[in-house]
Amino acid sequence: MIEAHIITYREEANELLTELETSLLELEETPEDSELIGRVFRAMHTIKGSGAMFGFDEIAGFTHEVETVFDMVRNGKMAVTKELLNLTLRARDHIKSLLDASVSGEAIDCARGDAIISGLRLLLPEDVSMEVVQSVKVNVPAVELPSGDNKIWRIRLKPIPEIFLSGTNPLALINELRNLGNCSVIAHTDLIPHLSEMNPEHCYLYWDIILTTNRGLDAIKDVFIFCEDDCELKIDLVDDGESDTDQSPRKLGDILIERGDLNPAEMNRILGMQKRFGELAVAVGAVTPDKIQSALVEQQQIKNIRQERAAQDAAVSIRVPAEKLDQLVNLVGELVTVQAHLSQTAAFQNSADVTAIAEEIERLTESLRDTALNIRMLPIGSTFTKFKRLVRDLSQELGKEIEMVTEGAETELDKTVIERLNDPLVHLIRNSIDHGIEIPGVRRAAGKPAQGTIHLGAVHSGDSVLITIRDDGAGLDRDRIREKAIERGLMSATADLPDKDIYNMIFAPGFSTAAKVTSVSGRGVGMDVVKKGIESLRGSISISSNRGIGSTITLRIPLTLAIIESLLVRIDSSYFVLPLSHVEECVELTREDIKNAHGRNLAHVRGNLIPYIPLREQFEISGNRPDIEQIVITAINGSKVGFVVDSVIGEHQTVIKTLGRVYRDVKGISGATILGDGTVALILDMGMLLQTISNEKETV
Amino acid sequence: MSVAGITETVQYLTFKLSEEVFAVDVAKVREILEITTITKVPQTPDFMRGVINLRGSVVPVIDMRLKFGMSATEQTVNTCIIVVEINMDGDITVLGALADSVQEVVELEPESIESAPHIGTKLNTDFIKGMGKHNGSFIIILDIDKVFSSDEISLVRENERHAA
Repeated sequence: MIEAHIITYREEANELLTELETSLLELEETPEDSELIGRVFRAMHTIKGSGAMFGFDEIAGFTHEVETVFDMVRNGKMAVTKELLNLTLRARDHIKSLLDASVSGEAIDCARGDAIISGLRLLLPEDVSMEVVQSVKVNVPAVELPSGDNKIWRIRLKPIPEIFLSGTNPLALINELRNLGNCSVIAHTDLIPHLSEMNPEHCYLYWDIILTTNRGLDAIKDVFIFCEDDCELKIDLVDDGESDTDQSPRKLGDILIERGDLNPAEMNRILGMQKRFGELAVAVGAVTPDKIQSALVEQQQIKNIRQERAAQDAAVSIRVPAEKLDQLVNLVGELVTVQAHLSQTAAFQNSADVTAIAEEIERLTESLRDTALNIRMLPIGSTFTKFKRLVRDLSQELGKEIEMVTEGAETELDKTVIERLNDPLVHLIRNSIDHGIEIPGVRRAAGKPAQGTIHLGAVHSGDSVLITIRDDGAGLDRDRIREKAIERGLMSATADLPDKDIYNMIFAPGFSTAAKVTSVSGRGVGMDVVKKGIESLRGSISISSNRGIGSTITLRIPLTLAIIESLLVRIDSSYFVLPLSHVEECVELTREDIKNAHGRNLAHVRGNLIPYIPLREQFEISGNRPDIEQIVITAINGSKVGFVVDSVIGEHQTVIKTLGRVYRDVKGISGATILGDGTVALILDMGMLLQTISNEKETV
Repeated sequence: MSVAGITETVQYLTFKLSEEVFAVDVAKVREILEITTITKVPQTPDFMRGVINLRGSVVPVIDMRLKFGMSATEQTVNTCIIVVEINMDGDITVLGALADSVQEVVELEPESIESAPHIGTKLNTDFIKGMGKHNGSFIIILDIDKVFSSDEISLVRENERHAA
């Protein structure tokens, strides 16, 4: 049980640390933003508070010190400076390492923490530093500084009659509550029996306590920690102190119902007895009915808005272990396969009843699939923060001025995809910082602003997400890459390749144009790792660059790795699926057409010439071509290409299965899927297939 | 007479390729399947027969006869797929190996296993863990991890040649 709490704490703390980092980085841009300062403070406060509760004393103690400093900032006694932010970011990292150490059981580097704290203390203004140092010496993290806004709580304390036997004194509890804040206590005496039936050792009283405090629910619960089992305890938040001040005070009837003193039916009955205010007003002739009507409309409108807002507030989230989600998606995958089988069987049965059921199941499966996949979607923004930090730290280290601009942080991607994108993106951004953006002096000489910009953006495009990393740095040095490529034997000295192909050389293993190896880059590992990483996600990568103006790297990443919509086709007895997002249309290819094309693989489609690839020949599948073949026309990297197959079967929900390590290096096939009848169909990776074919052509 | 690395009495599954009897460590074998439809993956070497649907997962199948330089496996009633779990560069991978027929499970003591002869067999000796003696005949004990790890390398090479 405790274990579970600790795990939850760690998860929460990690989230809070991320939030802390985001807020600190934002604070750097707008140091005056009191909202952000508040967020930083609250994040630390929560880390500290729950840390102390679950026995993470190191964390609680350390965070307390940092929090104290930020309390000064919050109260306007200190300004947000670069040093402060630097130290606080380092403090965040230290808390993180403390947290990690608590998992791995590694030794904690206390010296680092101490250095951060003494650094922070140096920043404190003279007059307060003494006071703080003293409070630090006392070091009682559990005693919290007042924080947050005042909230009103209603506590109903109803001890069991035998409470005195356990030595608990309800009065002491109430007094303790008084220490938390302004308190009004109402004792209820209605349970006291007749004197003759009374047991003097029993407690017949119960209390309603309205407590106004800035301490959280936990502080209140702590008061009752030793008598929870002996009391009927109900703690409700009556007013969270944050809602609109113009909101009318709560109605008496509502309060009574909420307390359980009155049931709704009774209240309605009572309310029914009274006349409406509007009717009364009209009756005395003070206002005309239409005026009342318009007032009512206004009231209704306000109510609607409030309700909407309330509905939004009520949208809660729950925490679910990732593997449970993976399991769910796997099961949905199986279900989709079984459903395909069912549909196929139903089609042969020729029974209206079965067909109807199969269709219903198909519909349900489809929405179940979408929902299940949607659950795993996360906004990519969470990783963007990490990169902001990376840019900040690295640019300082290299003496460059770089601003990071992000866009589309809300773009959603599958959780696994986001996780696996992290490393490639780190590499690419490091590259931009190290090779792309020049040092301020050089930039000024080139007539550019001293501060460089790295733009990181994400945007949806069909069933993929495009991620762009754009910098306004020096751009790729085409000649230098060419030189290196020739030196390494990647291309012949005479070959004249288009820019795009030359840029692609940087993805070759071990390729580096950096003159010397730095801590950041130059070892030539990296770009090939990036490429492998992106390809393992079935994504693609492309570079464009302008010497002196900057370069842009675009990643195209599929939304999910689990299930895609695709087109099922057949060649002889083999089945293939093509991702539907790339498919434009299907046209027929007759013997006549082939004869008219004079051996060129070009098809006339509404006046356009479209090149096509006969897959039967490409895949060396034996058997005779049917009289009428089908060309599936696809759009790949902006150009149209047709793939010739024997027949098109139709749309298919493809549950992607990997071919495993054995077939990892097969070009043009990205996976397999299982059809309704149990046969295996292969998933075509058209982009890759085209690339291999054009490579073959070049070398022939 | 024993072979380094084999110190315990282990059970082996024996199977036939052509007329020769081979064996693999039973611990490596997950199950034995009857031959089913194998979907060929295009642009791969012949010994990689393709993939099968094993209760919802896609499992690659390799023709061991072709791998060992014999003629391709002919399909008979006895043909079967031995599903093995192999260690491929640290990852556990499930593979199907095509065999002419599966024989039996035998127990071989370390003493009855000799090291592989360096000459006299068509096989790459790296693939052979040892030669087991059983009922007066020799059984070739395969080091299945090695058989398939080198497989992968040859696939890569073949592809490179293909592309070049």
